[in-house]
Amino acid sequence: MDILLQQIINGLTTGSVYAVVALGYTMVYGVIQLINFAHGEVVMIGAMVAFSVITALAGSSLPPLVIVLAGVIAAIPACMIMGYLLERVAYRPLRHAPRLAPLITAIGMSIILQHLALLAWGRNPLAFPQIIDNRVFGIGGAAISSVQIAIILLSLAMMAGLSWFVYRTRFGIAIRATAENVHIAGLMGVNANRVIAATFVIGAGLGAVAGVMYGSYYGIAHYTMGFSLGLKAFSAAVLGGIGNIAGAMLGGILLGLVEALGTGYVGELTDLCSWPITNGWLTGQCADGGNFVLFGSNYQDVFAFLMLILVLVFRPSGLLGERVSERA
Amino acid sequence: MKTNRERFGLALIAIALIALPFVLAAAGTAWVRITNFAVLFVLLSLGLNIVVGFAGLLDLGYVAFFAVGAYVYALLASPHFGLHLPFWVILPIGATVACLAGVILGAPTLRLRGDYLAIVTLGFGEIVRIFMNNLSSPVNLTNGPKGINRIDPFQIGPLDFSASDTLGTLVFSGPIKYYYFLLLVLLAVIVINRRLQDSRIGRAWVAIREDEIAAKASGINTRNIKLLAFAMGASFGGIAGGMFAAIQGFVSPESFILNESIMVLAMVVLGGMGNIWGVIAGAVLLSFVPELLRYTVEPAQMALFGKLLVDPEVLRMLVFGLALVLTMRFRPAGLWPETRHRREMDADRA
Repeated sequence: MDILLQQIINGLTTGSVYAVVALGYTMVYGVIQLINFAHGEVVMIGAMVAFSVITALAGSSLPPLVIVLAGVIAAIPACMIMGYLLERVAYRPLRHAPRLAPLITAIGMSIILQHLALLAWGRNPLAFPQIIDNRVFGIGGAAISSVQIAIILLSLAMMAGLSWFVYRTRFGIAIRATAENVHIAGLMGVNANRVIAATFVIGAGLGAVAGVMYGSYYGIAHYTMGFSLGLKAFSAAVLGGIGNIAGAMLGGILLGLVEALGTGYVGELTDLCSWPITNGWLTGQCADGGNFVLFGSNYQDVFAFLMLILVLVFRPSGLLGERVSERA
Repeated sequence: MKTNRERFGLALIAIALIALPFVLAAAGTAWVRITNFAVLFVLLSLGLNIVVGFAGLLDLGYVAFFAVGAYVYALLASPHFGLHLPFWVILPIGATVACLAGVILGAPTLRLRGDYLAIVTLGFGEIVRIFMNNLSSPVNLTNGPKGINRIDPFQIGPLDFSASDTLGTLVFSGPIKYYYFLLLVLLAVIVINRRLQDSRIGRAWVAIREDEIAAKASGINTRNIKLLAFAMGASFGGIAGGMFAAIQGFVSPESFILNESIMVLAMVVLGGMGNIWGVIAGAVLLSFVPELLRYTVEPAQMALFGKLLVDPEVLRMLVFGLALVLTMRFRPAGLWPETRHRREMDADRA
């Protein structure tokens, strides 16, 4: 029971990070119907910038919270600039080109960003300096750390903030109008270029915070972290229904839970010794408390992908999305 | 009809290609090996060109099919399982398995928009690597990150591709024999590609690439035709993978990372999507980039700074990334574009 609860807590933590990154994918997709391939790398750059600042300040006498805050505050504008550049270089000039073109420039940009990060920060992962007193609380036999609580609360706050921005402000209306129909929105006086650039910038800003959260949860940041994080967040966005903000949040949290529970239980479930199979050879393998595990927890990264495929097969529009036709 | 001039040109190219390994061997066998890998990359690019160039589907995990082919070869012709099947049996098996993988992956995603395919293939490439890394327990299938060693070389009767033979005064070293074999395969692949391009299927691919709705309205079963492109590209990748395993004698998951897929994609895009000769030129050009960097950037940095500041490997990836971005921005149909493709890529930008 407590293992289940523990996995749920861990899943909620990573899931809320996925949700915040997924928001970046879903907003851009909602407005221009294209996947921002380099979003994962922007998140990675956010984590790297923040870690550098935090490491530089770690020796000072500032309180730890201020140091972490300084890291986040440095990362947000860095990522926003990155998001803006990305839109200007890889997407805007190709907005009327065949769909393949921006996809290719975006993947090119993500390779460039990844290797520039490698040049700037090196091959070795950056470690998160031990400055926060990570207290652990027990609830119902499971443990939750203060970092986990902070990640979950901060993610919820950002999701709430974004919802308020999109549904309650003038600019949010412009974003939704552009998502509905770029041309008509333009006729109504919406500056489509500004709206599109804004979705990239807002997504990148959210991604910066997500990168810091992800990095501090695992204690390291690495130039390759954007790849799998981006892939998972994208899966989350598709699961929730791409283009749908509430969907991204739901998808992220569900994916985090599936991943945590899957990783936690897959070893036990695929242990053939616990299956009612009678086979002489297998019995020999299982003798003396041995086990025969088909898939262990090292398959963690597979779950998001399986989820993505299953959603695409059975419900391509996602949980909350509208039907996606081949050409929207 | 070909003119005499064209025939003469083709004959010259053929003679140059046949003489090439002996010229290279004079400079060192390493150059023959480098050339062999370049030809292998040409094969891979031609395979990916069917998917990206002809049918316009972005496949970012192409290296996965290459990996499948390589592992099929490694498992069926190495001491790992004690199996030693001849290569002409394994290569078709590898192609079939890679093709099946392509169909399984493509079937759920190809009815959706192209971007989904791109990201699903991206993930698939990674998943294949995870499986290769972890399928060493409970049954040791892939030998995990250590990879599979001592893979059999090609063998045709008494002709062993790993040993040297002499014919008169000419020394046929192992890499030279592989070179000629690769050249034959390349020739076959080029012929198949040309025939495909001009066939009903090839025209259907281009139609889908240019306007999927119009293609559908013209009676093309778009899903099946796309699936066919995907499966065909995958089979070519599987064959190239099998030859890679034999030439290298060793496979490990390390050889099949995302960067390899990006490299092949850069070759196709830079040369000119959809144009066979452009793709070949792009692949040859980019295959020699790492060698070029190794021989220029490393010594230059050592001379200037006394130490290696920028790893040539990193520069290589930056070059590929830039090639993708710059080609799409400034010459979207590639350096040597196919006429129809150029019209299509430029018309939309006007």
